[in-house]
Amino acid sequence: MSSLPDVKEKWTGKVNTVVIGATPEEGGTRTSTVTIGGAETLPFLSFEGAVGRRPAIAAEVWDSGGEAWPEVLRQAYGEALSSPGEWAKKAVEFGVDLICLRLMGAHPDSGDRSPQQCAQTVKEVLAAVGVPLIIWGCGVDEKDNQILPAASAAAKGENCLMGTAREKNYRTIVAVCLADKHKLIAESPLDINIAKQVNILCSDAGFPVGDIVIFPTTGALGYGIEYVYSIQERGRLAALRGDKLLGQPVICDVGFEAWRAKEAKAPPFEGVTDETRPYWGVMWEAATALVLLQAGAELVVMRHPDAIQYVRKAVDRFMPADEEKS
Amino acid sequence: MALTGLEIYKHLPKENCKECGVPTCLAFAMKVAAGQAGLDDCPRLSDQARAQLGEASAPPQRLVKIGADPNAIQVGQETALFRHDDKFHHPTAVALRISDAEDEPALRQRCQAFRKLQFLRVGVTIHPDMIALADESGSPDKMQAAAEVIYNELGVPMVLMSDKIEALSAAAMGPLNGSRPVLYCTGQAGADELADLAQRTSSPVCVAGELQAAADTVEALAAKGVRDVLISRGAAPAREALAFATQSRRAALNKKFRPLGCPILAVACGEDKTAAALDACAHVAKYAAVLVCDAWPPHLLVPILTTRQNVYSDPQKPVQVEAKLYDVGETSADSPLLVTTNFSLSYYSVESEVEASRIPCRILAVDTEGTSVLTAWAADKFNPETIAAALKAAGVEEKVAHRQLVIPGHVAVIAASLAEECGWKVLVGPKEASGIGPYLKNDYKMA
Repeated sequence: MSSLPDVKEKWTGKVNTVVIGATPEEGGTRTSTVTIGGAETLPFLSFEGAVGRRPAIAAEVWDSGGEAWPEVLRQAYGEALSSPGEWAKKAVEFGVDLICLRLMGAHPDSGDRSPQQCAQTVKEVLAAVGVPLIIWGCGVDEKDNQILPAASAAAKGENCLMGTAREKNYRTIVAVCLADKHKLIAESPLDINIAKQVNILCSDAGFPVGDIVIFPTTGALGYGIEYVYSIQERGRLAALRGDKLLGQPVICDVGFEAWRAKEAKAPPFEGVTDETRPYWGVMWEAATALVLLQAGAELVVMRHPDAIQYVRKAVDRFMPADEEKS
Repeated sequence: MALTGLEIYKHLPKENCKECGVPTCLAFAMKVAAGQAGLDDCPRLSDQARAQLGEASAPPQRLVKIGADPNAIQVGQETALFRHDDKFHHPTAVALRISDAEDEPALRQRCQAFRKLQFLRVGVTIHPDMIALADESGSPDKMQAAAEVIYNELGVPMVLMSDKIEALSAAAMGPLNGSRPVLYCTGQAGADELADLAQRTSSPVCVAGELQAAADTVEALAAKGVRDVLISRGAAPAREALAFATQSRRAALNKKFRPLGCPILAVACGEDKTAAALDACAHVAKYAAVLVCDAWPPHLLVPILTTRQNVYSDPQKPVQVEAKLYDVGETSADSPLLVTTNFSLSYYSVESEVEASRIPCRILAVDTEGTSVLTAWAADKFNPETIAAALKAAGVEEKVAHRQLVIPGHVAVIAASLAEECGWKVLVGPKEASGIGPYLKNDYKMA
């Protein structure tokens, strides 16, 4: 009988580890920190090398506008959706590692909240929960450049993950993250070369590439996930082959994208009953996360408590049984 | 050692008969060299040439045919570990599991339910492909009877799962004779028994076990002339199944290790049906050629089928619809005209929202080489000139009485120049397709 060939790859690179959050000893007020990254092989392939830290799950919390979320999500969070602090507390009860506070209400078309209001919300969430924070702007360049400095200052020393730095708009956020000691999300539009370019730009502006988390843009299952999947796989292979400018952990915006799908909100198929309708969104969100985890995702931002639970348990099934608990 | 296309070409008949489905012998040789076709596809190959080329030219992963025509499914013959290197060729065959312990009315109900599992997504109907009949009765007679009921009802290819060779044999020899089910022996079985079973039933078999054990059995089967074999890690935990799938695919494709050059059968069953369905999505992404699962409820099944639809799409070829004018609903000369790109996701998102709104519309899909609205706009393929040209080419002027069109909100910036270019009134619609219904009902006005 033939003996098996050695199929282990000899990777020369690895994924950086990034720590988010700071405890009182580290100059913050968080009761826990989260470390992501560290893989020296493709996702979950422990036969080949260190798989790194277990992927972390963040719950998405909006500063305002959550009342307009799909009904299934409104039922899960109830009245907490109108108070970011209460919302974050509830999410922590659901068992997430971090809170992703998205300053949607600052968007000029949906509230146009001021930098001061944003700073206030950041403080409110920090006071409400002990887990580390991701702070995500509204996506409009000019407005982000006003609100992110205020949000960053309000969380100074907390070692948050702030986003996003983009090819055409990175200077302000890089400066405030450096000043207030936060980690940085570098965003690129499904393009591996731009992902690299944004890292180079941030690095040239003085930001350490080891403190960056990549957001290569996310698409939901059925809505372009195959593009995201391949971009993430290509990026991860490049990192393992030694490209340090792609060796950053990856964050995926799973909940936001999955709950835009009509299969999640209102499945357009025969045989969907009132009884089963709520499960579609949960499955769509969890399945989107599962597929992206296979392509390398260190941090998934999610929404529904059941989907969060399912993904947490799925990660348990894929991580080595004897993994180090972080 | 793998042969080059030219080395293979030397041995071909060079008649360009096209019977293999490829225009020339040279092109066929190239496909064989790339692992995308097998020598068996050439009907005129001499025995001498076949012997000379032999194993060396076989694709690194075997193509296995399951079921009988016209419902047969082909799995395997994959050529890449990553879809960005080469598309995945043969989509995972999804098999829903049925227990043979169910009584006949229950089996018929299952079949009825199976037929209804058809879902239209982005213009394509997705559905499960097979039934996996699991021996839970322990009785070969029961297994045979259940197989008969299901096969007569559905006629789809089947997987037969049992820890007893006799049960597999009874079901495959009797009612399923000639239908080439996958015979999956989940218990201890020697290569002799399996080879005998495969040969008596002319069916593919599935070998379960860890890598070395699977490879040994595959080799022993090959020595007896049995080559249509699938390999499986059985009901192992997800992490082990993933390692098995990755290692065997690497061994076959990167090391040309024949004993693992077999398509993979993954099993995603378990008490927690939701967890199993999520594992199934991961199996589809990572190399399952056949997937056995319990995802009967549509909310568990559709995510698996959609994962397959996405992962197995050709990354070199954006999925597109024909660039033309589409009528949705009972349109009249006054129906609104919506403009989008011919990227299938863009088009079908718009189409399904229009359908849901019950307001008949025309949709002009502009040829953007299958790119989405923002991508096409950024690449200058969705601009006033291309849209105006598409309006003309589709003869929209003759079909509608009005002269106004709606563009996606994401390209609001081109509204004025488009109006100038085509002379039509340009309305700016919502950014997201989900806003189309409310827009048509509340905001759209005829000039």
